[in-house]
Amino acid sequence: MNFPWLTILGLLPIAGGLALFLPVKGASRPLGMFFALATLVMGLATAGVYGADPASLTVQAPWIRAIGAWWALGADGMGLAMVLMTVVLTPLVLLAEWKLPFEGGKWGPQAFIALLLILEGLSIFVFTANDVLLFYLFFEATLIPVYFLIIGYGGARRGYAAIKFLLFSLAGGLIMLASVIGLYAVSSSQGAPSYLLGDLQRIDLGGDLGRWLMVGFLIAFVIKAPMVPLHTWLPDAAEQSTPGTATMLVGVLDKIGTFGMIKFCLGLFPEASRWAAPVMMFLALVSILWGALAAIASTNLMRLVAYTSVSHFGFMVLGIYVMTTQGISGSVFYMLNHGFSTAALFLVVGFLIHRSGSADINAFGGAQKLVPVFSGVFLVAWLSALGLPGLSTFVSEFMVLAGTFGREPWYAAIAAIGVILAAVYALRVYRVVMTGPVTDASQAHFVGRDLTVLEKAVMVPIIGVMLVLGFYPQPAVQLVEPTAQTAMQRVQVADPAPVVKGEK
Amino acid sequence: MTSMLVPLFTAPVIEFRELAPVLILFAAAIVGVLVDAFLLRDWRRWRDEIQMGLLIGSTVAALVYVVLNARKGLSGPLAMGSLMLDGPTYVAWGALLVFGLLAVLVFRERRVNGGVTVFASAASSVPGSVEEAEADRVRLEQTEVYPLALFALTGMLVFVAANDLLTLFVALEVFSLPLYLLCGMARRRRLLSQEASLKYFLLGAFSSGIFLFGVALLYAFAGSFRLGDIAAAVTAPQYGRGLLYAGLVLLVVGLLFKVGVVPFHNWTPDVYVGAPTPVTGFMAICTKLAAVLATLRVLYVALGGERWSWQPMLAVLAVLTMALGAVAGLTQRDVKRMLAYSSIAHAGFLLTAVVGASQDAARTPTSVSAILFYLIAYGFATVGAFGLVTMVRNEAGEDNSFAAWSGLAKKNPWIAGLMSLFLLSFAGIPLTAGFIGKWTVFAAAWRGGYSWLVVVAVLLSLVAAYFYLRLIVVMFGGEPARNSFVSEASGWTWVPVLIGAAATVWLGVLPDSVLSVASGLGTFLR
Repeated sequence: MNFPWLTILGLLPIAGGLALFLPVKGASRPLGMFFALATLVMGLATAGVYGADPASLTVQAPWIRAIGAWWALGADGMGLAMVLMTVVLTPLVLLAEWKLPFEGGKWGPQAFIALLLILEGLSIFVFTANDVLLFYLFFEATLIPVYFLIIGYGGARRGYAAIKFLLFSLAGGLIMLASVIGLYAVSSSQGAPSYLLGDLQRIDLGGDLGRWLMVGFLIAFVIKAPMVPLHTWLPDAAEQSTPGTATMLVGVLDKIGTFGMIKFCLGLFPEASRWAAPVMMFLALVSILWGALAAIASTNLMRLVAYTSVSHFGFMVLGIYVMTTQGISGSVFYMLNHGFSTAALFLVVGFLIHRSGSADINAFGGAQKLVPVFSGVFLVAWLSALGLPGLSTFVSEFMVLAGTFGREPWYAAIAAIGVILAAVYALRVYRVVMTGPVTDASQAHFVGRDLTVLEKAVMVPIIGVMLVLGFYPQPAVQLVEPTAQTAMQRVQVADPAPVVKGEK
Repeated sequence: MTSMLVPLFTAPVIEFRELAPVLILFAAAIVGVLVDAFLLRDWRRWRDEIQMGLLIGSTVAALVYVVLNARKGLSGPLAMGSLMLDGPTYVAWGALLVFGLLAVLVFRERRVNGGVTVFASAASSVPGSVEEAEADRVRLEQTEVYPLALFALTGMLVFVAANDLLTLFVALEVFSLPLYLLCGMARRRRLLSQEASLKYFLLGAFSSGIFLFGVALLYAFAGSFRLGDIAAAVTAPQYGRGLLYAGLVLLVVGLLFKVGVVPFHNWTPDVYVGAPTPVTGFMAICTKLAAVLATLRVLYVALGGERWSWQPMLAVLAVLTMALGAVAGLTQRDVKRMLAYSSIAHAGFLLTAVVGASQDAARTPTSVSAILFYLIAYGFATVGAFGLVTMVRNEAGEDNSFAAWSGLAKKNPWIAGLMSLFLLSFAGIPLTAGFIGKWTVFAAAWRGGYSWLVVVAVLLSLVAAYFYLRLIVVMFGGEPARNSFVSEASGWTWVPVLIGAAATVWLGVLPDSVLSVASGLGTFLR
């Protein structure tokens, strides 16, 4: 039996979150930060253990014997990347929300921190579960803290946004439940039932039944990684959330969608996934373009950032379903980078809203002259959204496009339009908010209010990670590449003759 | 002379040890009636304590016998074959005793209601009469509710174990009559309560008639009341099958009435609202559990050979029940009424597993064990939810409107949080017992070859989930209601609520213990 690194890693923040429901008076922020940092340290240690021997993270113990469900945790490159992203982002989000104003009938900071920590722990379990039922359990359980984070701390229409988020997610989850039950029926008809990923992969899940079961999973993941046409809950949820909640929601939780497509759709149903690939690639293209165009048309900054994510998730899905090693590893790397890029965008927009009380893009103007450091950070965040070379998002976007081009040149060409549109919306935001003559509103809100030390402490690590991974992506790509190779073996598709060299 | 009597009369063999749970409850109920009637004046002020002592003592003793007998592995036909002691009987007895005890503890609650119970001074008092007002003024109270609950519980124990149709019918009446009476005993809104009672009684009597007619037809078909004999007749019929089909339909109608399945559900909302809330909680779980188990036994043991004819019929009823419960639940603005429609929806989810009739595989859950687990999960959440419902009040008394529950989280986050836990369990959200329950019944339906029913069921679960979430939104998102408050409750309410909450989480996270027990005891003896 291995030392249960992942179990402790997940339970640590959950324990912290539960502890914060006890009356701790004013100590909630330091206590929350302590647990978040402890989880970060534990996460880095876990990564070290993984580096020595990936298999040493695997734990497996019977959970519900009667139905063949296991407490089975383990990490591959993709899972570890997601876990690391989660443990790094959580303390930063906590720091960014350090001075969150809790007025206007909203709840106190203590419950916010508690829910955030619980959410972190549940997410870690989602990304490491090697048992389908266990994955499903945590997949659904993450919805509850997010729901309360929105309804307790959101904007004026938080009730509507929260229930919309929950209903969309539950709809996907319940459809997936039918597939999860179907897997059990198939598995138990072959002998003793088992929900272990390894056991299920040995069963041939081809044919019509396999396709139906796969569709159940896929619908849930398409809703989760919001793809057009099932994305409409995301802009509302993001707009009504606090920036920290939005970061966790879009940066971390939505990754479960693309994560699940690779681990469960491709991993369990290779034949059905090949069958669904054309439709998924088409939807991915629609998402890329629709998301970017909607972002261009948005005037609310939080909605705008949400739409950019719809576009970016389109890239990830395209990379997955084009089924090339480069495409899938680019996709997984993209998932990692997008987490940090989205965090930068949401949090910096949050700083803006904190100063002016408005998320309307036209409420600003000429702020660059008043808050130079702020505007520099703001620019970097938006450049990461458009994938500027030197920032990590560029590398992953390029890998996806290159991986796509090898098999489907036309798809790559159309997807490239999305890159151009990204430049349009990113630069437009910067131009409208930061450049031009100083407006009265900017004068009133920004004079002498450049980034605080606290805000710098949030942004410096995020931008640092993006720069490091942008200039030296090798370790991260090596981390995620085995995932892509395994997935390729599962779907039994060979890479096309490589046409793009020198970029890895 | 004596020698001639021997062949004519064999003394019935009564297995006292095996029957001990039933006998203990029955004896305690009778003693309870005597206590209520004949206790001397000096002792009368201890009447509550004596009744509670009888109730707790008898249910715990019965529970001990259930556990001991189960561990000893006692099983087989009892009392000349009129009862059957088998795995499902043990689980159902255990569950009924636990839930019965937890639900009846709430009967004793006085603090929440300003020193009086929620019951009228006596079941026989005329609403609005001078006598009643006088009885209220001098705080004259009968304690008949406790023996009534014990009689009902006794009937339920017999009902789930009944091995012939006549015993089944007698048990049905034994547990129904006290419930009719209990429903009409609300101290507040007397007439509403009386109306609920009358409605329940009339419809219940009508359905009993239908049930009895079904019994007669099946007797005509099989020549016996025994479930096993009917099963034999089904495989090798002596007479035409017309009698069988007619009898089957009528019998099932009578049983499904008690379960609350569409189109026999009409009594549920009014009775749930009109009855005193602790009684509603008692009925919501115990009646449902007993009725579902008896339905299962009749269908699987006696009519299992005829399943091709009842499966499609019940599949249609399952869809109708889930749909009506979920959709009608959406429009409710009253917590108790919403929980009534929720119980209808849950009856539909349970029916999916009944339809599946999945019986294979040794250690995996069968339909019976899936349903037992579901009912246990549902029971803990029900006990807890109805306990909490009694605490939200206005000046006049308990206030069940959504308006009164609005913004509850700001007044009392613990009550709102606990209620949310129970609602999430009803909705089947993971990490609560309700999720595992839902999984087991849907899995049983799928393995029985009804995958389409599972797809319909998950879609309707979404609709059902929405109406539970509505109440959570109201509690957490709404503006705090001005004219309602959370009343302090004593341990009589808090103990069941907290046990319900702990069990809901425990069965949601580590269901293995209970699920394995249920799976091991998931087969009816014939």
